[in-house]
Amino acid sequence: MIKVKNLVKKFDDKVVLDSINTTFEPGKVNLVIGRSGSGKTVFMKCLLGLLIPEEGELYYGNKNFYSLSESEQKNIRKEMGVVFQSGAIFDFFDVEGNVRFPLDMFSNMNNKEKIDRVNFCLEKVNLQGTNKLKSSELSGGMKKRLAIARAIALNPKYLFFDEPNSGLDPQNAVTIDELIYNLTHEFNTTTIVNTHDMNSVIKIGEKVIFFYEGNLWWEGSNDNILKTDNKELKDFIFASSLAQKLLETL
Amino acid sequence: MSLFDGITDYLLVMQKTFTRPVKFKTIAKQVIHEMYYLGVESLPIVCFLSLFIGIVVMIQIAFQMESPLIPKYTAGFITRVVIIYEFSPTIMSMLLSGRVGSRIAAEIGTMKVTEQIDALEVMGINSASYLILPKIIAFVLIMPVIITFSIFSGLFGGYLITMGTGEIPTSEYFYGLRAFFTPFEVTYALIKSLFFGFIIASISGYYGYIVEGGALEVGKNSTKAMVQSSIFIIIFDVILTQIFLG
Ligand SMILES: Nc1ncnc2c1ncn2[C@@H]1O[C@H](COP(=O)(O)OP(=O)(O)O)[C@@H](O)[C@H]1O
Ligand SMILES: [Mg+2]
Repeated sequence: MIKVKNLVKKFDDKVVLDSINTTFEPGKVNLVIGRSGSGKTVFMKCLLGLLIPEEGELYYGNKNFYSLSESEQKNIRKEMGVVFQSGAIFDFFDVEGNVRFPLDMFSNMNNKEKIDRVNFCLEKVNLQGTNKLKSSELSGGMKKRLAIARAIALNPKYLFFDEPNSGLDPQNAVTIDELIYNLTHEFNTTTIVNTHDMNSVIKIGEKVIFFYEGNLWWEGSNDNILKTDNKELKDFIFASSLAQKLLETL
Repeated sequence: MSLFDGITDYLLVMQKTFTRPVKFKTIAKQVIHEMYYLGVESLPIVCFLSLFIGIVVMIQIAFQMESPLIPKYTAGFITRVVIIYEFSPTIMSMLLSGRVGSRIAAEIGTMKVTEQIDALEVMGINSASYLILPKIIAFVLIMPVIITFSIFSGLFGGYLITMGTGEIPTSEYFYGLRAFFTPFEVTYALIKSLFFGFIIASISGYYGYIVEGGALEVGKNSTKAMVQSSIFIIIFDVILTQIFLG
């Protein structure tokens, strides 16, 4: 479980996150939605400890992350798997090298175990047999899936995805959503996904929080989001002309 | 960004690079790779440029040496001094900052904007150390080799002129190369190359590491890496000359 208390993040004088409070439970896909620039990435980077907020607390289980020593933080980091918006595939490794990297750095596995684990992870994301491909030889969807394979290599308790569907065609996007959902339920991870894709919201949003101008504006799930009467959230959901057309015909 | 802020930031990144660095075992392969990539692959252009500088220096001197009062071996002597003291260690380093510096900055900068550095940090890996340190180690180790190649190519260029023109006899040239020679000259050149190797790799690594934005900023910082490395090479050339020869 991840718990956020009164988190405030500023850049100079500009408040990007204004006193955020929320909880993310294990075995659930938690979505953070909002317009571009609403603070989703900054929020995730605060959760990852890549950015340090000016105020607030962050709990992983019962541990207050920001007040831990570096080595204690490192122990929690080993339980995190992160898929960055760009995929962040290491271009100095091939496919196998990317998945193997966290194993080399942090596991006590022998070579055979590592290879087995790499193949297991690649299979999970449907990339079996691509071990020796270079990152430049992968399509956008494959890169995202490789990033997911690397993220799950160390069997993480916490999974983070920043706009996993951006730049993908609808079919690939659905595949990624299904992957996120299945991994979360199979391994009981606490999963947090930044997105502005309404398809994902409806399909996998077991918990949804909506950021508006740096505030946590609305909290709910895919069950009740379409029935909201929150004006800003409605504007966000029904922004596309397709959605607007549907709304009119209903 | 003022120069002072720049230097403080640079020192912070270097501090991160060298305090609690990654284990050498994890970067050993990378060091070898970089020595090849940054060093060995630079050798052809280094030798080519040095050869022609040796040729040009000799032609210039031969033209100036109309006076019978100046002994002919002076040409070899001057060529040696020019090449060993300044051209090979200093000017060659400045040329290398264009090739090697911009490569380092572009490579690390691209990793920054594609969040590869964030990915390392999230895993609890010291990204500055993991990425910049192998380049510094590799380039500092390979620089004396590069400069040695440069020196020999330059002197060989001078030799070619003695063959081609007959203005300066080859034997006089070789006599000049050895005249008043102290091994310290070479030591001095190699010491300078170590400093300049560090300057190029660390400043370029820094400029790559601090990129924010996208491809445009990567390009800008690559250029800055080259310009700043060159400036600091000149500054340290003056300082080192004062220390060792002053
Ligand atoms: N390093 C930074 N320095 C200053 N401002 C930043 C920085 N990173 C993000 N911001 C600002 O924070 C706001 C939220 O950005 P971000 O979290 O990236 O939004 P998104 O919801 O699209 O992911 C934006 O206005 C952005 O300009
Ligand atoms: Mg974002």
